[in-house]
Amino acid sequence: MPEHLLSPGHTACAGCGQSLAARLVLDAAGPNTIIVNNTGCLEVFSTTYPDTAWEVPFIHSLFENAAAVASGVEAALRQSGKLAEVRVISQAGDGGTADIGLQALSGMWERGHDILSVCYDNEAYMNTGIQRSGLTPTYTSTSTSPAGQSSTGNPRPKKNIVEIAVAHGIPYVATASAGFPLDLQKKVKKAMAIRGPKFLHVHVPCPLGWRHEPEQTYQIARLAVETGLFPMIEFENGKISGRYLIVKPKPVEDYLKPQGRFRHLFKPAAEAALKEIQELANRNIERYGLLKTAGS
Amino acid sequence: MKDFIEGSEAVARAVCLCKPGVISAYPITPQTHIVEGLAQMVADGRLKSQFVNVESEHSAASVVLGAVAVGQRVFTASSSQGLILMSEVIFNIAGMRMPVVMACVNRALSAPINIWNDLQDSMALRDSGWVQFYAENNQEAADLIFQAYRLAEDPRALIPVMVCLDGYILSHGLEVVDIPEEDKVTQFLPPFNPSEKLDTANPKSFGLLAGPDYYLEIRHDLHQTVKDALTLIPDITADFKRIFGRNSGGLVESYRLEDAEMAIVSAGSVCGTIKDTVDVLRAEGKKVGLLRIITYRPFPEELILQALAKVPMIAVLDKAVSLGASGPIYADLKAAFQGKPGKKISGYIAGLGGRDITPDTIKEIFKQLAGPEVSDQFIGLKN
Ligand SMILES: Cc1ncc(C[n+]2csc(CCOP(=O)(O)OP(=O)(O)O)c2C)c(N)n1
Ligand code: SF4
Ligand SMILES: [Mg+2]
Repeated sequence: MPEHLLSPGHTACAGCGQSLAARLVLDAAGPNTIIVNNTGCLEVFSTTYPDTAWEVPFIHSLFENAAAVASGVEAALRQSGKLAEVRVISQAGDGGTADIGLQALSGMWERGHDILSVCYDNEAYMNTGIQRSGLTPTYTSTSTSPAGQSSTGNPRPKKNIVEIAVAHGIPYVATASAGFPLDLQKKVKKAMAIRGPKFLHVHVPCPLGWRHEPEQTYQIARLAVETGLFPMIEFENGKISGRYLIVKPKPVEDYLKPQGRFRHLFKPAAEAALKEIQELANRNIERYGLLKTAGS
Repeated sequence: MKDFIEGSEAVARAVCLCKPGVISAYPITPQTHIVEGLAQMVADGRLKSQFVNVESEHSAASVVLGAVAVGQRVFTASSSQGLILMSEVIFNIAGMRMPVVMACVNRALSAPINIWNDLQDSMALRDSGWVQFYAENNQEAADLIFQAYRLAEDPRALIPVMVCLDGYILSHGLEVVDIPEEDKVTQFLPPFNPSEKLDTANPKSFGLLAGPDYYLEIRHDLHQTVKDALTLIPDITADFKRIFGRNSGGLVESYRLEDAEMAIVSAGSVCGTIKDTVDVLRAEGKKVGLLRIITYRPFPEELILQALAKVPMIAVLDKAVSLGASGPIYADLKAAFQGKPGKKISGYIAGLGGRDITPDTIKEIFKQLAGPEVSDQFIGLKN
């Protein structure tokens, strides 16, 4: 067996959080997995004909239909009695998950297919040149929500795809991060042990789109969690069942400053915007109970 | 067994006999009866399949794509808006060489929204890499289902096939249909056993990115394979005749063309009306005939040239229009006869959105064919 089920030698950028997370996910899922992938960076950098980086069966069809293709894969496995031993992962970027692919994904969740869907959230359409998506955070500068004289970047907050998943009544929903590899793999294993639809939302820094140094990927991923901007939480059967607790939340500036996509926020005129982002982090901490208090 | 049934039921029963492992579809008139019928068969345990109720046609097509990639025989069906919503996946299925079989119950396209029959929906997808069969009657619609699976899953083909049948006229119209015995179907249609599939014992990647160095060759391969179906289809229909004892399907059908001076070229159920009208006109001494296109993609150009070689005046009756150009079959026919002198080829468009095409419409076309050559003459327009 190869060392990793997503082989090296693919064409991802140096420091790509998505390539790291996808490898961790698949290694945790194991070789008896079929991967169904939406169009996006991950599919493009791993499967340039005639090469493939995948050591497990892999299928890519279109940008928005991985969840439906995976439903067909699962139905076929069920029909042939193989669903006990072969598992299905449907994966996509934030755009493929929360925007254009949301309908197919919602259908898959609602139908109760035995599939783990994974969202690699790099907070924009990276494959097509860093355009904003529904999961782009407030005040991010992207190529379609650029900061400028009369704009502080993306005006809308990040869509709460996690709670949208929870609202489908599926048995397991969790968030994870490329900055917490062991936690990520633990959640994949936990998800794979549960029958029915599972959703794993993984925060994956993108050095190209976020404009940070490739060697900062891990650190930046951790800062997103440690500021409260990306809550690491788990829901089982609709109830929050796990959270990564923060002892002393770091100020959001620590996370934002190393990233070029937030550079415009460090001008005097953007002070209010910065404050708003801090409030978003505070609200996350409160909403999900992320603060480690004595006894917790 | 002979039964007096609508086209939808004929198709559903034929599909049931082919035993697809996964069926997925979304409701749209006039296709719905087919999948409702299949859902009932699954519910009654007569058909042991996974019936996946999806949230859109885009997903229906995607589900069958995923299932066939694992090696299950699959079926879907749609019409009109549903087919057009599927279209992104339709092209993708062909490019990925997935042997999906679907029924398209032909219906007009919006706007204006219209649930009645014409061929604009499937004609819009003629460039997708799918084989397209057009049925004339309910018997043929059912028979083409068996032939579609046989062709799609042939290791030399591995291309998707769309069986088109006219909405309402066939889908809801009752006719006597001979539904074959199961053992004959088993004899005709071998089990689906693709050599390449999603299999953890032999991991392969499907749906790769191909750059300018490879794309041209891959598309050429697909084009060539679709064209090669022209040689597979006659063998399939011959084998069908051997096992089921009737002529059904094929590439084209010539009707009273031997000494014809005028011929109509068309596809689908309207050909029944044309045949009747040809008989009437023949009885009056007029030398007229019909060339029915059964397989529209791949385009059986050679056979068409042969069949019409001695016919000086040809009217193409399209129940579709490439807006701003002409009817699609007309354009193909003109291209086929390009450089061949001594032919008058006129294009007529009729029956859009369910407007009746009657024997009088057909007579009118023959009448106009004697007049000036036209390319996109609408028949039956009200003032
Ligand atoms: C129907 C359709 N619309 C648009 C595109 C172009 N497109 C391909 S990938 C992509 C962005 C992918 O973004 P995301 O899902 O976030 O993945 P990422 O590349 O960021 O990992 C877009 C817009 C497409 N392939 N298909
Ligand atoms: S653009 Fe971003 S997501 Fe895409 S390969 Fe590069 S680092 Fe990874
Ligand atoms: Mg993205």
